[in-house]
Amino acid sequence: MPNLKDLKNRIGSVKNTRKITKAMQMVAAAKLRRAQDAAEAARPYAERFNAVLGGLAASVGGSDTAPRLLAGSGAEKVHLLVVMTAERGLCGGFNSSIVKLARAHIETLRAQGKTIKIMTVGKKGREQMRRDYGQYFIGHVDLSDVKRVGYVNAQDITRDVLARFDGNEFDVATLFYSTFQSVIAQTPTAQQIIPAKFAPVAEGTASLFDYEPDEEAILADLLPRGVATQVFAALLENAASEQGARMSAMDNATRNAGDMIERLTIIYNRSRQAAITKELIEIISGAEAL
Amino acid sequence: MADTMQFDLVSPERRLASLAVTAVQIPAMEGDLTAMAGHAPLITTLRPGVLRVSGPKGDAAYVVTGGFAQITTDATSVLAEQAMPLAEVKAGDIDKLVQAAEAAAAKSAPELRAGADKLVADLMALRAAVA
Repeated sequence: MPNLKDLKNRIGSVKNTRKITKAMQMVAAAKLRRAQDAAEAARPYAERFNAVLGGLAASVGGSDTAPRLLAGSGAEKVHLLVVMTAERGLCGGFNSSIVKLARAHIETLRAQGKTIKIMTVGKKGREQMRRDYGQYFIGHVDLSDVKRVGYVNAQDITRDVLARFDGNEFDVATLFYSTFQSVIAQTPTAQQIIPAKFAPVAEGTASLFDYEPDEEAILADLLPRGVATQVFAALLENAASEQGARMSAMDNATRNAGDMIERLTIIYNRSRQAAITKELIEIISGAEAL
Repeated sequence: MADTMQFDLVSPERRLASLAVTAVQIPAMEGDLTAMAGHAPLITTLRPGVLRVSGPKGDAAYVVTGGFAQITTDATSVLAEQAMPLAEVKAGDIDKLVQAAEAAAAKSAPELRAGADKLVADLMALRAAVA
């Protein structure tokens, strides 16, 4: 049986831990709100953009002169995986689940004999993948100094990716991130960004418009921005998911700490009582012996 | 025919304006154009410039750095890469963009040079409009 002093210290330290996890949970809740607002604010742009781009892509996509970003480079040999994770840990299975999905993807591609290149966004994913797939790393984007992800960050990542595409470094690019569903549910998602894919639009909506300059010029101008928009949306989803995951992880930790304190307090009280009883028995039996 | 139309200005990060207007002056890639209610449906890309709207609730002006506009008979949506109310833009901000554009133009491939130079010229014009 541990002595009373040790137990008391233990309870004290678990209480401190509970305070910290509780504070982290509340911080995550506040950040989650902000991240959700940001994701909400970005939605109108993304929706309209994709609607217009989808219409354009449908009308131009079939022709031989379609831009490379839409038609692809004609091969499917080299795959670029952009794995987006968090910069910090302590957020439950958030980072691991994204890495797990990427890992599964890599293994399938490897089995098919494709060449793989990996770009990481966020430190945690890089750490987890370094050992097995370090040789595929071609780039890393550090967002640890960024307090709030902005469109600028998405533009930087996109510029890098597009420069590599123009330099024929890869044929297909896929984004890995986590979509935010609720505080308790975030789904790791793989999304192909190059060649671009769009949801089919209703027939006839695109042909109503006049285009200035012509359709193909507009499409060539908009496609890179479309990629940036998708990257930005993924960054925002990821930010919200991270905070959601952290919030529920810290909520669990707080509850566990509470349970642990309860258990330890019971043990502490029992051993204190046992010590008192023991002393009493000693005194009484001592007195009887006289 | 209605004399106002719905106008939306959205940037990737937020919605800047959503209101009923009578006319929107858009800095389109091939020259400024003004859209009013009943305009023929048009999609056009933007060059850096000043976007002006006038409506029953007064006028407003925004600086946009690029993007595109979708005009239908009863609504105009401008999706700008970056957009800010004209009053909030400082000449220094534009200077930075000009410098970045000049550096990009100097490095660009010969066949893209004309486009890059045009971007610099558009930004210079915008700078003059802001100052």
